[in-house]
Amino acid sequence: MGFSDADLTAIWLTLRLAGVTTFLLLLIGTPLAWWLAHTRSLWKGPVGAVVALPLVLPPTVLGFYLLLTMGPNGPVGQFTQWLGIGTLPFTFWGLVVASVLYSMPFVVQPIQNAIEALGRRPLEVAATLRAGPWDRFWTVVVPLARPGFMTAAVLGFAHTVGEFGVVLMIGGNIPGETRVVSVQIYDHVEAMEYAQAHWLAGSMVAFSFLVLFALYATQRNNPQRITL
Amino acid sequence: MKTKRKNIALGLAALVGAALAQAEEVSVAVAANFTAPMKAIAAAFEEDTGHKAVLSFGSTGKFYAQIRHGAPFQVFLAADDKAPTKLEQEGLAVAGSRFTYAVGTLVLWSASEGFVDADGEVLKNNRFKRFAIANPKLAPYGKAAAEVLTGMGLMDAVKPKFVFGENIAQTYQFASTGNADLGFVALSQVMKDGKITSGSAWIVPDTMHAPIRQDAVIVSNGEGNAAAEALMQYLRGDKAKAIIRAYGYRI
Repeated sequence: MGFSDADLTAIWLTLRLAGVTTFLLLLIGTPLAWWLAHTRSLWKGPVGAVVALPLVLPPTVLGFYLLLTMGPNGPVGQFTQWLGIGTLPFTFWGLVVASVLYSMPFVVQPIQNAIEALGRRPLEVAATLRAGPWDRFWTVVVPLARPGFMTAAVLGFAHTVGEFGVVLMIGGNIPGETRVVSVQIYDHVEAMEYAQAHWLAGSMVAFSFLVLFALYATQRNNPQRITL
Repeated sequence: MKTKRKNIALGLAALVGAALAQAEEVSVAVAANFTAPMKAIAAAFEEDTGHKAVLSFGSTGKFYAQIRHGAPFQVFLAADDKAPTKLEQEGLAVAGSRFTYAVGTLVLWSASEGFVDADGEVLKNNRFKRFAIANPKLAPYGKAAAEVLTGMGLMDAVKPKFVFGENIAQTYQFASTGNADLGFVALSQVMKDGKITSGSAWIVPDTMHAPIRQDAVIVSNGEGNAAAEALMQYLRGDKAKAIIRAYGYRI
């Protein structure tokens, strides 16, 4: 039998969601990780704790609050309506916002660890060679902390693919818009279509294993390997 | 003196033992839409019979899967008649124990006052952004909602506005938080003591969709459990029926 059209739509949607989320997370997470690695501010503790919250909170908590705050009566919902873009729940971009929050620690922490492991010394040396901040970032930080960035990207992507609770709470199960693979599997199981559920669920197991296996295999000899 | 005290102690132990033997416990899997009435019924049941009903709430599809794989429930109150019938056919439920304990009532509901009129005309003007219904593939109330819309000839017009709840509880959540302007939910969710508790509603006439028959069944591992038998009896009784009706079910 294999995948139905609805399954393929869900797979494509999931990959798009994970791709966009990972891209945004690297964009937002890198400066945040940099700040967390270098700051001596009193805010380091609270900000670090907020970033790590999704590690311990049940996804339903995050989903529930997102539904309330992004809804028409919530503060974020009021703001998005004022901007003229309507409300975010039940849309692809609503899921992107949720996924960025939900996968944040998986991206920020590996980058932060890598930057911390790097220390200030290489940057100071580069500075004495008159490299500007931008130059130092691209020619010193990125190459040296590359394994950290790799780990961050892979975990951010994989974790978004594996997201379920949050999507269920704010997605509304709309085909091609918010019905991702995990929700599609849930639907199959609920509808007692176990054969179809197996196809998708088995693929998820294989995908997740391969991704993590590749990550561990390439980073076996690296001191900055996965530290979560 | 000593023997007398001993006799009293023995007598007490025997009494306690007898009471324990009679008051049993029954684990019940309850469809999400029946949550509120079942809590009331379980309290009355415990008071009247001494048996205790331990309730778990969730979706019928999930309970079906769990029971098939040995979940320790003795009684199953489903949201449809399909899942209990299947369990019966598969030999996982006590044959002949199945009966309809409630017939669900569908309601078009909005959290805003005055949004839904008493005849459901609001559906025709199409002035809403998002419309919550339970997934028709999974939830009996969703299936009934789809039948109503198809019957009114409005399905194609409102379809682009659908957001799907996985079950009727989530559908209600979408509508009650205002994320959906209105939705088809179970009357039991918005009614208490025979009155709509908040917002505005159109109670859909039961002629507009196939009846939402909710069946109960004794699961195989509840066979011979006195509390399970007693609960099934109790659900058929007048007291339980009065509670069930007060939450807007027909029976």
